[in-house]
Amino acid sequence: MGMARRKWTGKAGRAALTAALIWAAFQPGAALAESIRLGSAISLTGKYSTNGDFTQKGYDLAAKAINERGGVEVAGKKYTLEIVYYDDESTPARGAQLAERLIAQDGVQYILGPYSSGLTKAMAPVTEKYGVPMVEANGASVSLFTEGYRYLFAVLSTTEQYLQPVVDLAAKVADDPSRVRVAGAFENDPFSQDVQNGVLADIKRHSMKMVIEDKLPPELNDMSATLAKVRALRPDVLLVSGHARGAALAVRQLSDMRIELPMVGLTHCDSAQIIEKFGEKAEGFLCAAQWAPALKYSDPLFGSAADFARLYEETYGAPPPYQAAESAAAVMVFADAFERAGTLDPKAVRDALAETDMMTFYGPIRFDESGKNVAKPMVLYQVQDGEYKVVYPPEPAEAELRYPMHAR
Amino acid sequence: MIDNFLLLFDYPVLSADLALNGLLIGAVFVLAAFGMALVWGVLNIINIVQGEFVMLGGFVALMAAEAGLPVLLGIPIAALALFILGWGLYRLVIFRVIDRDLFVSVLATFGLSIVLQQLSNELFGADVRTLEAGLGTLLLFDGAVALAQIKVLAFFLALGLGLLLWLFLKYSRLGQAIRATAQNPRAASILGIDTDRVYAATYALNAALCGAAGALVVMAWAIHPYIGLPYTVRSFLIVIVAGIGNIGAVVAAGLGLGAFENVAGFIFGTEYQIALVFLLMVLVLVWRNLRLQRKRMYLK
Repeated sequence: MGMARRKWTGKAGRAALTAALIWAAFQPGAALAESIRLGSAISLTGKYSTNGDFTQKGYDLAAKAINERGGVEVAGKKYTLEIVYYDDESTPARGAQLAERLIAQDGVQYILGPYSSGLTKAMAPVTEKYGVPMVEANGASVSLFTEGYRYLFAVLSTTEQYLQPVVDLAAKVADDPSRVRVAGAFENDPFSQDVQNGVLADIKRHSMKMVIEDKLPPELNDMSATLAKVRALRPDVLLVSGHARGAALAVRQLSDMRIELPMVGLTHCDSAQIIEKFGEKAEGFLCAAQWAPALKYSDPLFGSAADFARLYEETYGAPPPYQAAESAAAVMVFADAFERAGTLDPKAVRDALAETDMMTFYGPIRFDESGKNVAKPMVLYQVQDGEYKVVYPPEPAEAELRYPMHAR
Repeated sequence: MIDNFLLLFDYPVLSADLALNGLLIGAVFVLAAFGMALVWGVLNIINIVQGEFVMLGGFVALMAAEAGLPVLLGIPIAALALFILGWGLYRLVIFRVIDRDLFVSVLATFGLSIVLQQLSNELFGADVRTLEAGLGTLLLFDGAVALAQIKVLAFFLALGLGLLLWLFLKYSRLGQAIRATAQNPRAASILGIDTDRVYAATYALNAALCGAAGALVVMAWAIHPYIGLPYTVRSFLIVIVAGIGNIGAVVAAGLGLGAFENVAGFIFGTEYQIALVFLLMVLVLVWRNLRLQRKRMYLK
């Protein structure tokens, strides 16, 4: 039964249309036997649509690169990769439905993850139920890896690691880490609370002192109450995690209120476009990222991180955000597992995934028991002279940390 | 919490900083609340789209700036664009729900707000956007109090527009027609007032006020397609407390709300900020109710 004949209930979005076309191409008679079909429900509309788009571009770029090199070789036979997409409309309930549809109706046996922890959380029980492996690149929440899921693998660093490098750097530059005073403002949502927990553990380890710990309500559009405290207590380090809005408000209001601190760490600077929007005001801020084109990782498929960035920019006309890079890495992980498994049986592929130990342009990938990538560290940028410069991890860093942040 | 309280005593000037910043935050709420009070009083509609008008005002200002116009010109442009949009929405949707149950209008405007959110997401993307007005900071008390000048501008704009609105309603022809319609639409239309036009003008005026507020929000804070709700909730709250017929009270309630939010957020932690605002509203309502009861007893 073809999809075209089936009655459409939900919104027939762009992705669904593409999916229908791909489906039609693989009706009996088409070259079905020659390809491996991966399925993905991602956010092409709704509030995650920007990042959903990056995710799709990453997946597509990797699939294309792999296919151009002759595809994936499983037990002596070449297969190309095909990806079936649906639009989850940025809503978890829809994501879960679509995972069910991909597996039960479309017969997809391998799932590429959606965008965001929330949607991954909604889809994981479905893939788990059917014993279908899911490699995801955009769900970083720690809670995804405490449920004992066996078929879930994540290539990115988990949330609690986002701002840990800032604490690490603060400990390095301080004469006596135990005298470092840290202030934190974390949005009251699962992502930022994970970030906070990770930071608190590290602060404790260095016996630093937490002087401010504010929870920003998600609907808040002003940080001056928190920043007034910062102004009075003058901490050595300020950490802010509140998605793009938190980053934009922190940069803008710190400057408006004329508060200068030695070190400020943020998440989501790039999506807040702090350099483009705030120019001079953004100087010196530290920004957590999963990946950067300046890193010295490389692989045989894409070459170096910089090569990937170049290819991405040639293809899509804009530099790659890390969401696209990690998504591309997820496809590479699947390809690698197919080849090592030597069969297309989902269980065998799952076992091969668990054994993954590879180097990619995105960084090293090795999964622990719970399925998260424990080999790749987070990256820290610092805004220096109007550009993002990698200052952490120490080895592939491209610039010296400026400390205090306003020093030249 | 106690630490925060003590901090205020250690640095007394902090309270001035907090309260002043809070007043300025309140100024934007005041602008949105003017409109809500107007629409509620005249059309008898609780306009849930309020926050989306603010959000759209922000995007209009952003587009104007991206088109190369001076950033501050975005404020009147946003007001004008939203005036036109408000008029259009009135002709399209709002006029159908005016004489209906209050619940119907809440439902209709709630629906509109979702439509506008999704349309803006489609048009402008879901990203957080900001716009730099390049105004700098106003430092008071030897730099102990720092106020972003764009917020100071918002404050005076709110006061100025409040005054203008009051003069307009009191002296202009349309303003008098608006008041007459608010008092008794039937009598007003018998006396030759085109109430339909009055309604349209009122609704468009509301949208324009919100548009101006939105332009200020994108310059002083940040916007994205889903930022509307807090502004709807705040303006609702202000109007509940201030009543619908009193512009001065709206200004006082709005500024007070902003200052209260900021100080409460400081002392009790930002996570309780919104809860405390609602607690305050309940207290005000209970107190008012008690006072009214007492009056009635007195009259007996």
